[in-house]
Amino acid sequence: MFSFGDIMAEALALILNWDRNLSEIVVLSLRVTLTAVLLSCLIGLPLGALVGAFRFPGRAVVTVVLNALMGLPPVVVGLFVYLMLSASGLFGPLQLLYTPAAMIIAQTILVTPIVAALTKQVVEDLHGEYAEQFASMGLRAYQRVTALLWDARYSLMTVALAGFGRAVAEVGAVLIVGGNINHVTRVMTTTIALETSKGNLELALALGVLLLVIALLVNAVVMALRASAVRAAYA
Amino acid sequence: MLRRHLFSLAAGAALALGLSGTVQAQDQFIVVQSTTSTQNSGLFDHLLPIFQDKTGIEVRVVAVGTGQAINNAMNGDGDVLFVHAKASEEKFVAEGHGLQRSDVMYNDFILVGPSADPAGIAGTKDIAAALTKIAEVGAPFASRGDDSGTHKAELKLWKEAGVDAAAASGGWYRETGSGMGATLNTGTAMGAYVLTDRATWISFGNKGEYQIAVEGDNRLFNQYGIILVNPEKHANVKAEAGQMFIDWILSTEGQQAIADYKIDGQQLFFPNAEG
Amino acid sequence: MRDTVMSMTPAKVATQDSLLAARDLCFHAGGKRLIDKVSVVIPEGRRTLVMGANGAGKSLLLRLLHGLLPATSGQILWQGAAPDDRARRTQAMVFQRPVMLRRSVLANLNFALSVHGVRGAERAEQAARALDMAGLSDLARHPARVLSGGEQQRLALARALICQPRLLFLDEPTSSLDPASTQRIEDLINAAHGRGVTIVMITHDMGQARRMGDEVIFLHAGQVAESGPIDQVLGHPKSEAARAWTQGRLYTSSTF
Repeated sequence: MFSFGDIMAEALALILNWDRNLSEIVVLSLRVTLTAVLLSCLIGLPLGALVGAFRFPGRAVVTVVLNALMGLPPVVVGLFVYLMLSASGLFGPLQLLYTPAAMIIAQTILVTPIVAALTKQVVEDLHGEYAEQFASMGLRAYQRVTALLWDARYSLMTVALAGFGRAVAEVGAVLIVGGNINHVTRVMTTTIALETSKGNLELALALGVLLLVIALLVNAVVMALRASAVRAAYA
Repeated sequence: MLRRHLFSLAAGAALALGLSGTVQAQDQFIVVQSTTSTQNSGLFDHLLPIFQDKTGIEVRVVAVGTGQAINNAMNGDGDVLFVHAKASEEKFVAEGHGLQRSDVMYNDFILVGPSADPAGIAGTKDIAAALTKIAEVGAPFASRGDDSGTHKAELKLWKEAGVDAAAASGGWYRETGSGMGATLNTGTAMGAYVLTDRATWISFGNKGEYQIAVEGDNRLFNQYGIILVNPEKHANVKAEAGQMFIDWILSTEGQQAIADYKIDGQQLFFPNAEG
Repeated sequence: MRDTVMSMTPAKVATQDSLLAARDLCFHAGGKRLIDKVSVVIPEGRRTLVMGANGAGKSLLLRLLHGLLPATSGQILWQGAAPDDRARRTQAMVFQRPVMLRRSVLANLNFALSVHGVRGAERAEQAARALDMAGLSDLARHPARVLSGGEQQRLALARALICQPRLLFLDEPTSSLDPASTQRIEDLINAAHGRGVTIVMITHDMGQARRMGDEVIFLHAGQVAESGPIDQVLGHPKSEAARAWTQGRLYTSSTF
C-alpha cells in the first residue's frame, strides 16, 4: 500500500541527505535542458517571428507542419538522433553518442518546434497591431523581426518556459542517445526510470517530487526576473 | 545595450557549459553494451571501480535490453558486448561482428509468484512441470516479451514443457514487452508468475507479497558471455582497452571480484570462465 | 497665383512646387471603386487638409499616397518621379489611434531613431529634445501604454517627427481627444510646419480645418469633389458635397 506521506517523507529525506551523486544528476539535468532550450530559442525565435510577420507562398503549410512537430514523440526523436550519431551513422565520426552533447541535440530537436510555433502565434498577433506603423516607418525585415521579438518578450518568456517544461520532463530521447551511463549521462528522468525498473518506487517518486520542485524554482526565477523588469520600467 | 551584452554573455556561458561535457578529459574510457538486469543487480557498481583503480580505464555501461545491446554492438556503438544470450552471442561472432566469445559467469533464473500460489506449484523443483501446471490452470504469467536473454530462456522452457504459450497471449499469458524490473512491477501488480533472474529479484524493491515458487532446476541456468566488438568492422572500437577489460574479467582477480559480490549475504553470480 | 490644385486639370498636376502628387489614382476592392481616378497635388511646405464625409475615401487616399497600400492603377509622384524606399522614409504618418510599442516612452523614440541609424550620444540628445518639445520628459521611463490618449498621441507625433520627415501625414489625430490635448497636438503640428514640414491631414472638425488648413482636398464617394485654398472651398463651396458639409447637413456617399 503506497502512502502519500511515505513518498513525501522519502522526498524530504532525499533533500536533507543531499549527496554528490544527487548533485551530479540534478546539475546535468539542468545543464542539458537549459542548453537545449537556449539553442532552441536561438533557432526558434527568429524562425517563428519570420513566419509570423511575413506573408509568403506556402505559409499555411509551414504553420501546419510546425504545429504538428510540437507533438514529436521524444522516443522517436531519440531513435532518430541515435541513428544519426551511431558509429554506423552519418555523424558517427563525431563520436557524440552517449555524451551530454547528444542529449542536448535530441532535446533541441524536440523543443525547437514548440518555440517556433508558439513564437509564430505570438508574433502574428502582435504584428497585426503594428503592421501599418512598421510599414510607415519603412522597416527592413530584420528590423521588424527584432522589434516584434523584443516587444513580445514577456509572452516569449512563457514560450521558453513551455519548452523548458517539455525538455526537463522527457526521458525517451535522453535515454536512447545518452545511454543513462552512471556519472556521465544520467539525469533526473532517466534515474527515475532506472529506480522504477529496480522496483524502488518510492525513491523514484521522491525524485519525481524533487524534479517538480526544481521546475517550480526555474519558473519562479523567471517570473521574478520579469516582475523586477516591470518594476524597473517605472523607476 | 547592457541588456544585450548580458544576454550574449549568458548565452556564451550556457553554451560552453552545455558542450563542455563532451570535451571531457579523454582519459581512457570504453563503452560496454550490457543488459538492464545485470546493471540493476548492482554488479557493475561493485566491479568497475576495481578495474578502474587498477588500470585507469573508465568503463561506461549502456544498459538496455539484450536485443538492443546486440544491435548497438553491431552498429559499432560499443567496444565490448556483455550479455546472457549464448545463441545470439555465437551468431554475433559467426557473422563477424565480434572477435571471440568467452564464458564469464552464470546466475540462475527463478520463478516467482504470489504467496496465494494459484497454480499450486510452490516448492517444485521441476520447472517444466510447473509451467505445464500454470498453463493448465490458466494462472496469469507475465513474460518479458522483448527478445531478451531472459525472454529467450523463458521461451525455451515453455517449449520443453510442451506448451504453446504464445497462443494464450492476451489471456493468462501477458507479454509486457519491457525490461526485467518493469515486468516485475507489472507482474506483481497483477498477481502473475514471473520468470526472473535471481540477481534482479534479490535487489528488487517492490516484492509485495511475493515468494520464490520454483528454483534449482538446472534448466534455469543463465550463462553470461563477453565479446570484443570487431575493430575491423568499426574503426572507432577501442580494441586494446576493451581487451584489457575482457582479460581482467576472465582473470582470477576479476572472477574473484564477481564471486565476492553479495546482497544480503547471498552470492548473485557464479564465475565460470575457462582456464 | 498658385491655384494649381484643381483636379479638373490633371495635365497641370506635377509642378515644381509639388512635393507629392497623384495622377488618376484608382483603388478597387470587393468589386467597388473606393478611389476613383483621383488626381491631387500636395504643395511643399503647406498644410493640406483632406476632408469629406465618412466613407469618402480619405483614409484610403492617405494610405495610398504614403505607400501603405498598392494602387490598382494610376501614378504617385514624389518630386516628379516614382517614389523609392528612401523617398518613403522621408515621410511619416500619425494614425487616428496611436500605435505604441510595448516599451517606455523614451524607448519608443529611441526605436524610431535607431531605425534611421542614429545611435549613442546623439540619439540620447535628440530623444531628450523631442521629449522636451512634446512635454513628455517626466514620463520618459513610463511604459508608453499606460499614458493617457492625449499623451500617447503626442508621443506618436514626436516619434513621427523625430527623424525630420519632409512630409507628415495625419489621420484625424485629435478626433478622440479633449480640447486641451487637441490644442497641444495642433501646436506641435504647427511648430513642425513652421520648420518646413509639409502637412497632409484628415480632419472632420470645421474649427480645426479653419485653424490648421492652407489647402483643402474635398473627397466624395472616392472622387475629388473640390479642391483649393481653404477660404475658397469652405467659404464659397462649389460642389454639392462641400456645400452640404459646410452647411452642417448630413449626407452619405450615395446622396449625391
